[in-house]
Amino acid sequence: MSQALSTYNYKVVRQFTVMSVIWGVVGMLVGVIIAAQLVWPELNLGFLHFGRLRPLHTNAVIFAFGGCALMGSSYYVVQRTSHIRLFCDKLAAFTFWGWQLVIVLAAITLPLGYTQGKEYAELEWPIDILIAVVWVCYAIVFFGTIAKRKVTHIYVANWFYGSFILAVALLHIVNSAAIPVSLTKSYSAYAGVQDAMIQWWYGHNAVGFFLTAGFLGMMYYFVPKQADRPVYSYRLSVVHFWALIFTYMWAGPHHLHYTALPDWTQSVGMVFSLILLAPSWGGMINGIMTVSGAWHKLRDDPILKFLITSLSFYGMSTFEGPMMSIKTVNALSHYTDWTIGHVHSGALGWVAMVSIGTIYYLLPRLFGKQEMYSIKLITVHFWVSTIGVVLYIASMWIAGVMQGLMWRSVNADGTLAYSFVESVKVSYPFWGIRFLGGVLFLSGMLIMTYNMFKTMAGGNTEEAPVLVPTGQHA
Amino acid sequence: MSDFVNEFWNWYVILGVLASILACGIILWIQSIHHPVHEKTTDTTGHVWDETLEEFNNPLPKWWMWLFYATIVFALIYAVLYPTLGRFQGVLGWSTASEHALEVKTVEDQVKPLFDKYLKMDLKAVAADEKAMEMGGRLYQTYCMQCHGATAQGSKEQGFPNLTDKDWLWGGEPEQIVETIANGRAGMMPPYGGNPDAIGGEAGAKEVANYVRSLSGLSHDNGLAAKGKTKFESVCVACHGQDGKGTQAMGAPNLTDKVWLYGSSESKIVETITKGRTNQMPAWKGFLGEAKVHLLAAYVLNLSAAVDKK
Repeated sequence: MSQALSTYNYKVVRQFTVMSVIWGVVGMLVGVIIAAQLVWPELNLGFLHFGRLRPLHTNAVIFAFGGCALMGSSYYVVQRTSHIRLFCDKLAAFTFWGWQLVIVLAAITLPLGYTQGKEYAELEWPIDILIAVVWVCYAIVFFGTIAKRKVTHIYVANWFYGSFILAVALLHIVNSAAIPVSLTKSYSAYAGVQDAMIQWWYGHNAVGFFLTAGFLGMMYYFVPKQADRPVYSYRLSVVHFWALIFTYMWAGPHHLHYTALPDWTQSVGMVFSLILLAPSWGGMINGIMTVSGAWHKLRDDPILKFLITSLSFYGMSTFEGPMMSIKTVNALSHYTDWTIGHVHSGALGWVAMVSIGTIYYLLPRLFGKQEMYSIKLITVHFWVSTIGVVLYIASMWIAGVMQGLMWRSVNADGTLAYSFVESVKVSYPFWGIRFLGGVLFLSGMLIMTYNMFKTMAGGNTEEAPVLVPTGQHA
Repeated sequence: MSDFVNEFWNWYVILGVLASILACGIILWIQSIHHPVHEKTTDTTGHVWDETLEEFNNPLPKWWMWLFYATIVFALIYAVLYPTLGRFQGVLGWSTASEHALEVKTVEDQVKPLFDKYLKMDLKAVAADEKAMEMGGRLYQTYCMQCHGATAQGSKEQGFPNLTDKDWLWGGEPEQIVETIANGRAGMMPPYGGNPDAIGGEAGAKEVANYVRSLSGLSHDNGLAAKGKTKFESVCVACHGQDGKGTQAMGAPNLTDKVWLYGSSESKIVETITKGRTNQMPAWKGFLGEAKVHLLAAYVLNLSAAVDKK
């Protein structure tokens, strides 16, 4: 083989990684704007009101920020742990440009009001088809690389990335099935409660596979790398991997407690959500215990701080989730800001923080530098974002429990003690604190952007040579 | 009604759910019994990836393993007690529908005497009872404020009547108010009073609008109003009457007072004439029951009585 081929494909990783930071800033900025719109309703200008911008925010942070981080890091991890260059450069490049096109189309169509009306699956059918095409190509590149690997065993990170890629393809295609009536309008292929069930089977597994399995893949490479320690337990990773991907598929009905969904379906969703607690925690234990024996590194390594804090938030929100799936708890928490707080302890605390740690690990390596331009700024970023997350979650907990209690309280004559608008009124201070938390988290992302561009300046983009697997001969 | 079209799907769900719950326990059991004695926490599995990535093979943490088993046992017990396995209702016989019915019944039993007490009283006496009006106010803020507003002043934009004035579209006697709330009302002004030719199109509507304004002493063009009067007397009188004072029996408003449901400007009245108006007060008897309707009627009566006190 020629010498030129025996390098890793860093170009596509670089592209995804940089765009992840950019889309992170954009998505979180929209989040801060809609948080402000709730505090100051006069900021709902024309068609750029909360209802149009909210899906833009969720799509941008999940699929643009999270998606780019996952695709970039999985390309990095799969080639390095397979000891072979990424399968098919051209297809990999297509997944990058195709995914960016999806994001741009989302940013145009969502504010204009083109939507299928399904949460986290709002994009209309032509964009859905583009997503499916890009995703299948992504799967070909990823599994093509696994197939060509130079080691016998597939590293645990790749199990998680692989399950995320397969499951997301399945979820997206089934839930997006629709009958188009024009280029910009379609109707779901399912009706009534079946449509709701398909939607939340998708919705909860978007959390389970996109936001959990994918990022656990990330965690399984970057935590042991950054801590320079072996993974705590191979056995634990086997059990919790299979249990996690099997059980998540059942948990969706807990989004439809006390609705027209049959009672048995609601119960099945609830018991599997509770069973999900241990498999979820398996990932947290394996990640945190990997640092065992190297705790001192946490003191002065802000990247490791990000990674380990993300696992703590992961553990917290995967405890909270099963609790909220219990029918009696759900009767209080459902439709309140508690749910918003729960989602953000996962999204900001876990997903964003593990991605941020990963991106700080990747950037110097991708741009031929020893380390990030400023380690101090990473530390500042860590504290700013941690305080931001805590403010966000705490304010939403208080607001959510308060709303739930107000909505259910009745007078002696059986009438409601509070009108809805009264619960809105008392939520204002907490929405203010949430806005502040969001501003802090966004500030952290801006610090990161500055640090990234300073690190990129004058960097070289030569690709690293493919390593020969340890203990094997080339 | 059953959720299953046939027995096959019932058993498909039952066996599928049980097998899946048990599968979690089986994988956990298989992986936890198998730990060779020679395994030590310092030994790695022997595989190395990307120079430094290795794995220990620590046994499953005990507390974690028991937590996992506990959730599986909980799931099985829950499936026996509550509806989980297909058609099987669970030994407790619980359902969301029965829970709802029980809650409703409990509250109904509790509050029924409170409302029944007022149902037996004359509506005017209820309207004068301070305690009853507190309860009526809470009912109002739950069921009525969405349209009539938190202060009961209605909305001109939407055509929701103001309940704090002395003007009544369908009558302000106690039994009329009860009828309005209990069985609802459907108000309809047909476009051009149902006779566009006699009104003479948009230009004619403008003349009629000027005449209508003159009825309640609003500024108007005398020439147009005079032409409008003839048209009014041939078409509009059918409902609004010769003197324009309306007919409460059919909800036709009095046009000689200062109360305007959709606005009194010339353009608004022209719009009312040319496009017509349709309005509806929903019927509440089925949802609220007689006693609550009685209390609400008293509350509404009290709202307009409060105008006199001022």
